[in-house]
Amino acid sequence: MDSLDRAFIPSGAKRCSLFQFTSFISVIGIVFLWGVYAMLLIWIKGLNQTNMNDAYGFALWIWADLAVIALGGGAFFTGLLRYVIGKDELKNIINYAVIIGFICYSSALLILAIDIGQPLRGWFIFWHANVHSMLTEVAFCLSCYFIVLTIEYLPLIFENPQIDKIPFYHKLSHNMHDVMAIFAATGAFLSFFHQGSLGGVSGVMYGRPFAYREGIFIWPWTFFLFTWSAAACGPCFTIALTKLIEKITKKKLVKDNVIDLLAKISGWMLASYTIAKIIDTIYWVYSTLPPQGHKFMDFYSNNSFYGLWILILEVVIGGAVPAFILVSEKLRCNKSYLTIAVILAIIGVSVNRWVMVVQALAIPVLPFESWTFYIPSWQEVATTILPVAYGVILIALSYRYLPIFPQEKELNN
Amino acid sequence: MFPFVFEWVWDMPHMVFMGALWYALSIIGLGMTYCIVKSVIDVSKKETDNHH
Amino acid sequence: MSEASNHGASKMYGMVIDLDKCTGCGACMVACMAENNVPFKEDESDKLKSITWLRLYKLNNGKPFPDVQICYLPRPCMHCGGEGNHGHSPCVSVCPATATDYDLETGIVSQIYTRCFGCRYCMAACPYHARYFNWWDPVWPEGMERYLNPNVSVRMRGVVEKCSFCYHRYQIAKNNAYNNGSREVLEHEYQTACTQACPAGSITFGDLNNPKHEVYKLKQNKNAFRLLEKLKTNPKVYYISKLEWVRKLGDNYRS
Repeated sequence: MDSLDRAFIPSGAKRCSLFQFTSFISVIGIVFLWGVYAMLLIWIKGLNQTNMNDAYGFALWIWADLAVIALGGGAFFTGLLRYVIGKDELKNIINYAVIIGFICYSSALLILAIDIGQPLRGWFIFWHANVHSMLTEVAFCLSCYFIVLTIEYLPLIFENPQIDKIPFYHKLSHNMHDVMAIFAATGAFLSFFHQGSLGGVSGVMYGRPFAYREGIFIWPWTFFLFTWSAAACGPCFTIALTKLIEKITKKKLVKDNVIDLLAKISGWMLASYTIAKIIDTIYWVYSTLPPQGHKFMDFYSNNSFYGLWILILEVVIGGAVPAFILVSEKLRCNKSYLTIAVILAIIGVSVNRWVMVVQALAIPVLPFESWTFYIPSWQEVATTILPVAYGVILIALSYRYLPIFPQEKELNN
Repeated sequence: MFPFVFEWVWDMPHMVFMGALWYALSIIGLGMTYCIVKSVIDVSKKETDNHH
Repeated sequence: MSEASNHGASKMYGMVIDLDKCTGCGACMVACMAENNVPFKEDESDKLKSITWLRLYKLNNGKPFPDVQICYLPRPCMHCGGEGNHGHSPCVSVCPATATDYDLETGIVSQIYTRCFGCRYCMAACPYHARYFNWWDPVWPEGMERYLNPNVSVRMRGVVEKCSFCYHRYQIAKNNAYNNGSREVLEHEYQTACTQACPAGSITFGDLNNPKHEVYKLKQNKNAFRLLEKLKTNPKVYYISKLEWVRKLGDNYRS
C-alpha cells in the first residue's frame, strides 16, 4: 500500500506517512459526512429543516455563497495578473489559487442547489432565463466560470506522476498550458460579471432602501464594489491559506517575494476599494436615502444586534486597517502584521456580504413593522461547514499527489 | 437560453446577455476542442515517429 | 412580460380599502384562504412561516391609554407596477426564471407555481412581505380536499405564492363575457373573494383606469394613500383614512 501511495507522490516531494494522512482525512471525513447527512435531510424533507422564514428568505446560505465567491476571487484576479497582465512571479502561487477558487465555486454551486426550494427545477434558471434578473447573470457566469476553473485545474491533475506517464494526458496538459491565457482572460471576464451581479442582487432591490443603490445604466454601484472587493480580498484569502498550509506541513512552499507582490497589489486594491466604499456610503446616506423617507440611523438603531459597530467592523477594521498594513512595505514584510492584515480583510469582505443580504432583510421597511432576527438551524450550519470539510480534503489530496507549489523542492532541499 | 423557448424575445437585453454567454461558451468550447485535437495529433505523430 | 392587448384600453385592476370602516373581523382573510386553497398547519403559532395572502395588521398611534387609537390594515399583494407602470415591480424584475409576471393587460402580478424553483429572491425584494414560501407540502384535514376550490391549483412545497387578485375569477368572468357576446368584463362580474366577504364594505375592487368603476373615484379621495409610496413601487392598493396618524404610518413620512 505504501509503495503504491509513493508512486503517486510527485518526485522529490516529502510527504507525511500514509497512516498519518488517512487519519487526518478520516477526522475531516466525519465532519464532511455530518454535512452530507444534513444536506440529504434538506433535500428529502425540504427547507422546513432550516430556520429561515418568510422574513428571511435569504439567510446563512446566501451569505456563505457570497462570501466564498468573494474569497474565491483570488483565482480570477491572480490568473488575470499572471496570464494577462504578465506578473510572472505569480506562477508560483497560481496553482494553489486555482484550487482554492475551484473549491469555493463548487461549494457555491452546491450551496445554491441546497438552498432552492425545488432543487429538481434548478435548471429553470438557465432554460427559462429572465435576462433582466441579476440572479440569472450570477447563475450563468458562475457556472461558466466554474467550467473555466475546472479547465485550469485539470492540467495540474495531469501532472500527477502516474497520469503524466500516459502520453495523451502529458500532451494535453502541455497544450492546455499553451492556451491558458485565453481561458484566464475568459475567466476574468466572467468573474467581473458574476462578482458584480452578486452585488447587483442586493443593489437592485429598490423596495429595500438599505440594500438599494443608484448606479450607472443597469448596474447599481454595488455591482462594481463587489467585483472590486473580491479582487482585493480574494488574494488575501489565497495568502492566508498559503500561510496555513505552510504551518500545517511545516514547510516553506512559496517564496516571500511572491507573497509580497500579491499582498502589495491586494493592498492597493483594498485601499482604493475602501475609499470607494466610503464615498458610496456617504452618497447613499445623503442622496439616495432621504427621498425614500429613511434616515441613516434607522438601519442601526432600535434593535438588539445591528449597531454602528458593524459598519465600523466592515469599513474600518476590515477595510482601512488591512489596506494600510498591506500598502506599507515595512508593515507587510512583517509576518505577524501580514497575517493580521489578510485575516482582517477576509473578515471585512465577509461582513460586507452579510450586511448586504442578511441585515438588509432584518430591517423593517413598512413603518409599522419591527426588526426580525434569525438563528440558523443545525442543518444550515452543517451544510455550511460541509464545503469547508470538502475543501480541506481536496486541498490535502491535491497537495499530497500534485506538484502544486513549483518552489517547494527548491525551498526544502 | 434558446430562441425556441417561448419567453424568448429578440430584443436588445436578450441579444446582449445571451450573445455574451454564447460567446464565452464558444471560446471555452473551441479552446478545449483545440487542446484535445492537438493532443491526439501530437500523440499519434509521436507514435508514427517511433515506428520509423 | 406579455404585450398589452390590442383589444380596448388596458385595465389596471386595483383595490381601495377604507380603513375607517374596517373592524378587523378577519372575514377577508378567511375568504381569501378558502377561495385560494391556501394551506395551513396544525401549529400556526410561528406567523413568520404562516401563509396569509391577505394579512391583517393591527396598528396603533403609539399613545398610552386613554389616547390610544387602533386601526386594522388588511394587506394583500400590492400588484406594483413600478415607476411609470411598465411592470418593473420589485419582484417581477428580479425573478430569475420568469416565474412571476406583470400582465400589462390587467396590471396583475401573477405567480407561476410550476415555474418557480424557490430561490426566494422575490420575497427578499418585496418590501410589503406579500410573498410567502411553502416551507411544507400542504396537508388538508381529512375530507377537506373535497372542499378545495377546483379553479385554483394547490401549491407544492418549495415554491413562493401570493395574492393573485383572484385572477381565476377574472378568467371566468372574461369567458362569460365572451360567451354572452359582451365586449368587456363589467365591474360586478369580477370581484375578489375578500371584497365580497367584507361585512363592513370596506374593500372596493375594480379597474383603476375606468371612470365608471367605484375605485376610480375612491382613489382620488383626499385621504387616500398607498403604502411606501416613496419607494416608487407604484402599488395598486389604495387606503383611505381620515386619521392623520394612520396615513403617516403608511409611508415613511418624515417632514
